[in-house]
Amino acid sequence: MSEMQLNEKNVLYRPLFGPQGWWLLGLSALVVLVLIPIANLVLPQDSVFYVSAYWVTLIGKILCYAIVAMAMDLIWGYCGILSLGHGLFFALGGYGMGMYLMRQIGHEGQYRADLPDFMVFLDWKAFPWQWWNTDHFGWALLLVVAVPGIVAFVFGYFAFRSRIKGVYFSIITQALTFAAMLLFFRNETGFGGNNGFTDFKRILGFSITTPETRISLFVITALILILTLLIGRFVVTSKFGRVLAAIRDAEQRVMFCGYNTLHYKLFIWTLSAVICGVAGALYVTQVGIINPGEMSPANSIEIAIWVAVGGRGTLVGAIVGAGVVNGAKSFFTQAFPEYWLYVLGLLFISVTLFMPQGIVGLINQWRKPNQES
Amino acid sequence: MHSKLIFYIVVLLSGLLKPLPVLAFDRAAFESVVLAEGDERFKALDTLVAEADNQTPVLLKALLEGELQRAGKQIIWVHEGRNIDPLTQAPLSSELPDKEDVVVNNRLRGALESALAALKLVSTDHKTRLAAAKELVVSAEEGMKPIVKKALAKETDATIKALLESILATMELKSTEVPLRLQAVQVLGQSSNSNAKTALLAALEVESDEGVKQAIKTSLKQVETRLVWGQRLGLVFAGLSLGSILLLAALGLAITYGLMGVINMAHGELIMIGSYSTFVVQNLFRHIPAFFDWYLLFAIPVSFIVSALVGMLLERGVIRWLYGRPLETLLATWGISLVLMQTVRTFFGAQNVQVENPSFMSGGIVVMSNVVLPWNRIMIVIFAIAVLLAVGWTLTRTRLGLFVRAVTQNRAMASCVGVPTAKVDTLAFGLGSGIAGLAGCALSQIGNVGPDLGQSFIVDSFMVVVLGGVGQLAGTVYAALGLGFANKLLESWSGAVIAKIVVLVFIIMFIQKRPQGLFALKGRSVES
Amino acid sequence: MQKFEVFLNRFKKIAGITATASLVGLSSLGVQAEDTVKVGILHSLSGTMAISETVLKDVALMAIDEINAKGGVLGKKIEPVVVDPASNWPLFAEKARQLITQDKVSAVFGCWTSVSRKSVLPVFEELNGLLFYPVQYEGEEISKNVFYTGAAPNQQAIPAVTYLMSKEGGGAKRFVLLGTDYVYPRTTNKILRAFLKSKGVADKDIDEKYTPFGHSDYQTIVADVKKFAAGGKTAVISTINGDSNVPFYKELGNQGLKATDVPVVAFSVGEEELRGVDAKPLVGHLAAWNYFMTIKSPANTEFIKKWSAYAKAKKIPGQMDKPLTNDPMEATYIGINMWKQAVEKAKSFDVAKVSVAMGGQTFKAPSGITSMMDPKNHHLHKAVFIGEVKADGQFNVVWKTPGPVKAQPWSPYIPGNDKKKDEPALMAEKK
Repeated sequence: MSEMQLNEKNVLYRPLFGPQGWWLLGLSALVVLVLIPIANLVLPQDSVFYVSAYWVTLIGKILCYAIVAMAMDLIWGYCGILSLGHGLFFALGGYGMGMYLMRQIGHEGQYRADLPDFMVFLDWKAFPWQWWNTDHFGWALLLVVAVPGIVAFVFGYFAFRSRIKGVYFSIITQALTFAAMLLFFRNETGFGGNNGFTDFKRILGFSITTPETRISLFVITALILILTLLIGRFVVTSKFGRVLAAIRDAEQRVMFCGYNTLHYKLFIWTLSAVICGVAGALYVTQVGIINPGEMSPANSIEIAIWVAVGGRGTLVGAIVGAGVVNGAKSFFTQAFPEYWLYVLGLLFISVTLFMPQGIVGLINQWRKPNQES
Repeated sequence: MHSKLIFYIVVLLSGLLKPLPVLAFDRAAFESVVLAEGDERFKALDTLVAEADNQTPVLLKALLEGELQRAGKQIIWVHEGRNIDPLTQAPLSSELPDKEDVVVNNRLRGALESALAALKLVSTDHKTRLAAAKELVVSAEEGMKPIVKKALAKETDATIKALLESILATMELKSTEVPLRLQAVQVLGQSSNSNAKTALLAALEVESDEGVKQAIKTSLKQVETRLVWGQRLGLVFAGLSLGSILLLAALGLAITYGLMGVINMAHGELIMIGSYSTFVVQNLFRHIPAFFDWYLLFAIPVSFIVSALVGMLLERGVIRWLYGRPLETLLATWGISLVLMQTVRTFFGAQNVQVENPSFMSGGIVVMSNVVLPWNRIMIVIFAIAVLLAVGWTLTRTRLGLFVRAVTQNRAMASCVGVPTAKVDTLAFGLGSGIAGLAGCALSQIGNVGPDLGQSFIVDSFMVVVLGGVGQLAGTVYAALGLGFANKLLESWSGAVIAKIVVLVFIIMFIQKRPQGLFALKGRSVES
Repeated sequence: MQKFEVFLNRFKKIAGITATASLVGLSSLGVQAEDTVKVGILHSLSGTMAISETVLKDVALMAIDEINAKGGVLGKKIEPVVVDPASNWPLFAEKARQLITQDKVSAVFGCWTSVSRKSVLPVFEELNGLLFYPVQYEGEEISKNVFYTGAAPNQQAIPAVTYLMSKEGGGAKRFVLLGTDYVYPRTTNKILRAFLKSKGVADKDIDEKYTPFGHSDYQTIVADVKKFAAGGKTAVISTINGDSNVPFYKELGNQGLKATDVPVVAFSVGEEELRGVDAKPLVGHLAAWNYFMTIKSPANTEFIKKWSAYAKAKKIPGQMDKPLTNDPMEATYIGINMWKQAVEKAKSFDVAKVSVAMGGQTFKAPSGITSMMDPKNHHLHKAVFIGEVKADGQFNVVWKTPGPVKAQPWSPYIPGNDKKKDEPALMAEKK
């Protein structure tokens, strides 16, 4: 904790929020929002610069993960709360959108029935209550935001009120996501059990597999990523954000100063969960499957690892971390299918040992001596 | 299929009473039993047993145990590693063409077992008779009535007598006379055997007499009441067994995490290493079959040492650098767990490996007819208690334990008064890891041994430690047993999935009430 | 700061090594001869499914080696592209897309769980790829882009239950349908329940139970089975997922439930699953498959010999000491060979042409029969075998169908399926 305090000024503000940061942000936005769509839609397939659907979905997926990582960074990096249950909020958002997408399949399932295939399997005659109104896109959007938000709010309220913190909090969030995973695995719960939702056909009437839809979803994801970054930046640079950092570093002192830390923690925790939910909804439309595996404790731990690799308390670090780890995963599972876990495992170990402030922190350290000289 | 049993036993008994000329072993019948298919086999078996001589049980046993092979019409007995003719015992060439095993299916196996039991009912050895009677309780049939009556008349032992009476009553249920049926129903009402329930249920369906019907219902209730006690006992034992497994898995973590504040996500993999150590020791012992059963005795220290060494290596290499940063330890040890799992996959393959129970740990104690307490689970309960005592002793009675507790309570102060904290950290971590290894050794006796073994225990172990209260062995014990019982109780009532969810939700709620677990350390150090 | 620089130097070293390693990886990807054709192998090599799937990757590589040694297919050597979807279902979809669009493979051999197949199915249909799926499954699916070389329920579950009800199989009257809670057990049990009803078994004589994934404590379940068995001759039909079987069987053995009292027939337990079990207490329990390692046929002898030699040569851990073959391995082997034959018949690697040529393709399978790909429904005709566990973890075949059985992916025991066409629907609504 002490090293964070020492470098706080540099770590917190420089990489993203200086003029170079804005340049970098603008440049990446240009690449993601303009160049990739053009490269995918306009360029001919045999062009060197053609970006195939594979890359679009892969980058789209990583962008979703980057949003989740930023949500994690908001509470871990800035408020010192390590959640091992963020996979739950991500999945809840995904399921919210997934229900709508399932309804959009209409009669094109294997059984040509009114109900989704898995309900026909279970001999259900009507939609259970959870599915009420899910054929409306607006309602789905509401679910995506509200369900993770409410779950997080209720859970957070009780947990923070009881002053559960540190490792204890991490463990009970893990218990929470594990319990939810078991619940969603049950076929009777009404969310497709282990298989979850897949084989989507269309969204808002557009076929989900056309390049145009895909690129639109991709661009929306990128926009939301930028929006999240700006919101995150706004929050952490405000007075509110300073109180958060103070809570992270010495909660008791903040309380003695007269702040009710419960409100601060609860707000950032709920915001983080809602952002995760949105990311989950975007994820499901692009990847095309959502199932309880997303809630497994291992997935939530990985989210924390992205943030750690990129650098905590920097927001940009979260994006970098999500990109590096997932990029490495996609590459190594192909290049060294038998040995990629070694590479990934060693990466995690070496990052925590040698780069406690992650990649962004490393860049910072590099630049600092240069400036001083 | 047992209707013919009566016939052979009558012949046998009469053979005992008045010596008949010894019948020649019926070669044709034996060949039919071994080589024919379908009903023909069973007819031949009847004949064979009816004419049984001393050789019959030996050969039937050989067939039952899969020692017989065939090459065309020739039957081969693979006896003590040699191929011999089962009838003449003459040696046969070991290289017969198209040799294949004689297939014994469940139906034939059942028939062979009852035939052998029937042959034993007249044995002079008390134990043999008891086993035979028990066997026949399960497979009693109408046709055996006279022979059971006869055996009953001769029997002096009370236990066997009761068994035979119960067998007889089961048959009398089908009698055409109402008083006989009524009496049988009452006899069965005294039974605590689940077979009595089966018989009574079947009788209830075909019963026409109102009086008997009422009696059956009364008897059924009596039997069920007794069976329910058995089920309850089974449930309590299941809870105890699960609790002791959780305890073993969590005890190591209680030290590394509880006492030292280190979140070790690789704890599960240390358990796995313990299991694989057991596997390796077992394989070494395969070379000396005479002592195979004792491999476990050697596996215990080996799994402890291997896991402890790996743990100490991790502490020195990685965790040492991360003290005071508990949340980051979590990430580094997660990486370690990935590496360890993949290492095991590389060396041992991704499949599960076979760890065989020593013969003294197979089977179980029959407490009641519907409750069998498996030996391997009993042993694990005992083992868990032993490990617990050893850990308790180490922590409270040894110098290392003193140091560990001192460092836990106040690291800086301990260091000031001369406790070598770095060394203590390494040793304590080694101890915790070693206990995980012991857990692995125990778990290898009841479940899978594969690269993923540890993953399935890590969440549960954390729950136990957190619920029990960090740094408290007593809390760990109560939490493990409590979770074990709660899980099993709920499972019998709501199914496994819901039980697990309810338990997890309970833990979450409980932590809200008592954020420091069941037994909280009090003092300033806890707050930071 | 000094301390940090030490770390930094260490890190630079590590980073250097990693970078070199990636370059090596890249260059090996870049090199490819002109006269090769790529096929994808999509089996989990890590995560929970690695335990079952790793061996399928190996047997696929063996089959490819063998074909290449005989000159390849259409004069081209087959180049396998192995990827690891890591038992992560969304990653299956991503890897499938990668294989088809980036590596441009002609066919993919892979998947084990139903959910992984469901996850990749939209990808294969969208990109018009070709998937060979080698595992027994729940049916209720026909896709023009998938060839199913494993069994449909009528090629495994129904014959097994018929056997249990027969005199020779013990004449069971009551049934416990025990499974892991996911789609394969659910569907299979639904079909079996309807089937049992049609045979006059009442609802009260059927007990359906599900356990979560990775469930390892079967004390309560076994006690319940015992309780249920008190009501009459009972058989257990187990669709427990591979890994949970070991603790289940250990508990059965130790609680004294013998196969002669309550036989258990399993659809997911084969030679490989019993590798980790001391099979002595399990003798007599049953499994239904389309292939057993103990089947006596020249094709099987050769298959086992090849596999043993391959496992030794490649030093496959576990397999090199004790080589085992099982049903999904046979199905993988048949799949690759049939694909080769179909390519040769079509004289093209084009998915549509190969698909047409696949119909009616025959192959002399290790199980001793000549297996045929149905001309229409994309499923293999397979013989059904029922085996009893032997003390050494192998199976005694106690019953088999007289000849190959045609698959019914749309089970007639599920209402509404009678209207389904026994061939892939045209994807008219898709572009």
